[in-house]
Amino acid sequence: MKVLVGVKRVIDYNVKVRVKSDNTDVDLSNTKMAINPFCEIAVEEAIRLKEAGVATEVIAVSVGTSASQEQLRTAMALGADRAILVESEDGAEPLNVAKAFAKIMEQEEVGLVILGKQSIDSDNNQVGQMLAALTKRPQGTFASKVAVDGNSVSVTREIDGGLRTVKLELPAIVTTDLRLNEPRFAKLPDIMKAKRKPLETKTFADLGVEAKQHIQLDKVEAPAARQGGVKVGSVDELIQKLKDEAKVI
Amino acid sequence: MATLLIAEHNGTELAPATLSALTAAQQIGSDITVLVAGAEAKAAADAAAQCAGVSKVLLAEGDSLAHDLAENLSELVLSLAGDYSHVVAPSNSVSKDAMPRVAALLDVGQLSDITAVLSDAQFQRPIYAGNAIATVTSKDATKVITVRAAAFDKAAATGGSAAVETVSAPAANAASAWVADELSESERPELTAAERIVSGGRGVGSAENFALVEALADKLGAAVGASRAAVDSGFVANDLQVGQTGKIVAPSLYMAFGISGAIQHLAGMKDSKVIVAVNKDEEAPIFQVADYGLVGDLFDVLPELTEKL
Ligand SMILES: Cc1cc2nc3c(=O)[nH]c(=O)nc-3n(C[C@H](O)[C@H](O)[C@H](O)COP(=O)(O)OP(=O)(O)OC[C@H]3O[C@@H](n4cnc5c(N)ncnc54)[C@H](O)[C@@H]3O)c2cc1C
Ligand SMILES: Nc1ncnc2c1ncn2[C@@H]1O[C@H](COP(=O)(O)O)[C@@H](O)[C@H]1O
Repeated sequence: MKVLVGVKRVIDYNVKVRVKSDNTDVDLSNTKMAINPFCEIAVEEAIRLKEAGVATEVIAVSVGTSASQEQLRTAMALGADRAILVESEDGAEPLNVAKAFAKIMEQEEVGLVILGKQSIDSDNNQVGQMLAALTKRPQGTFASKVAVDGNSVSVTREIDGGLRTVKLELPAIVTTDLRLNEPRFAKLPDIMKAKRKPLETKTFADLGVEAKQHIQLDKVEAPAARQGGVKVGSVDELIQKLKDEAKVI
Repeated sequence: MATLLIAEHNGTELAPATLSALTAAQQIGSDITVLVAGAEAKAAADAAAQCAGVSKVLLAEGDSLAHDLAENLSELVLSLAGDYSHVVAPSNSVSKDAMPRVAALLDVGQLSDITAVLSDAQFQRPIYAGNAIATVTSKDATKVITVRAAAFDKAAATGGSAAVETVSAPAANAASAWVADELSESERPELTAAERIVSGGRGVGSAENFALVEALADKLGAAVGASRAAVDSGFVANDLQVGQTGKIVAPSLYMAFGISGAIQHLAGMKDSKVIVAVNKDEEAPIFQVADYGLVGDLFDVLPELTEKL
């Protein structure tokens, strides 16, 4: 079974983003970039499925500028067998990304797609669900456990009230939550080896996808800053402030 | 222009988030239909009919809607969407699962987690864990939107008298089946609805020690929350995680014990009215957003607070 994983290039999660002074967007120049953390978890899960003999091949896919090759190489250093870059401008919309994945899924006869639950830049939480709808396949979002068994996969999902397990017929789409696994680090020899693994570049047009604009970005602003508060010296003072000043208890 | 609002409910009552999403819907336009879907949801539909500003309630009941399976719920919404310019839902694990499917099947984009309505097509939403606020315009004929409940006041649950119409439930999708739930049981208020929250982080140290957090929460009638580190370490269940990728909360009082204040955690709680932080590291970033900071050991502070309140 082939497994497809999504690898999105995003700002490193430790970096606090700045808004451009003309408010057109955030400023990512000279910013440390990385694989979206949820995609790292997706890559890890796919590699584990390969190690367990369930997956035959792991294909990493990114939609983005040529800079995303860096993240695809990292995914291959971690264990993905090959990679596909769908070249596009930065900030491809989720529906367009989902359409590209749908075409690749069809062309490659994929058994399982593992994506992150959320991009930590756009915070959309959409692509996996959109892909499932477009391909008319079942979905297991926010997964904290994935178990493939023959022609189906059991997915334990993190939901608002706790955990919910569903059983999906393959091919299926899974999106990862934080507790699915702990991603490994790439080893130096594997980073060298990854340079020789195949990385194919395509365009939306090659895939027969018309990338439409659905959502226009008008403006980006910094959020209202919170006023720094005061330090209190004791529990008694804290209680007094909460009662008399903040009036919340 | 007309809006279809998908209710969050437990079968008998509407979730408070539904009333916040109703406020957002009212800011978009005045013709609002509420869809109440579930295995059994008559009482919740009746509650929706009482809400001010609701023109009509659609009730869909059936086995295929029993466990919020996105494959089935999205089919239902899609079958109704043709009559509406806006399809709106409070942001929660059910709508996050189902709404992007609706958008894709309508061939439109989705606006996730809006925090302000500027016009019927222009909205604000946080990006980069709330470190930037984007103003966006939807260019689609149907606008599919999820609403961050914490950003909108709750609409009145009374004053309306809409008619309840029944619509049929979709056939169950054969490729997806519910197997089991493992739901947290708690007498405490639900996190996203609570007026007060007491949260613990890695500094709390263990699941047993979390009893100290819970004792204060019970004293205050508060919900219990946690950082990702506390959840990952197994101190508490996953559904208590507050943050960018957990629950977004904005209570009157948020108290953080042994939480450093990573941007991902702040993203989920920095709109709380009053923030209290207790941390033994005076440099901890949580103090930058705290109205009242106390540098100290939580194992001293928590019992003393609980006793003196
Ligand atoms: C993709 C992604 C998504 C994430 N999403 C979330 C999210 O939604 N929510 C979230 O919370 N995190 C999230 N995180 C994790 C986040 O980056 C931090 O790692 C996490 O919030 C840290 O939790 P913490 O503050 O409890 O632990 P730490 O950062 O380890 O802080 C523990 C604090 O406790 C203090 N302390 C220790 N002992 C005591 C004591 N006895 N008394 C008083 N203080 C004490 C320490 O001084 C320290 O400040 C996410 C990370 C990633 C990569
Ligand atoms: N441009 C992209 N390239 C590759 N994968 C993507 C891209 N955008 C989104 N994804 C995948 O979809 C997941 C959810 O993204 P989103 O819906 O944008 O929050 C991400 O974690 C990725 O796995």
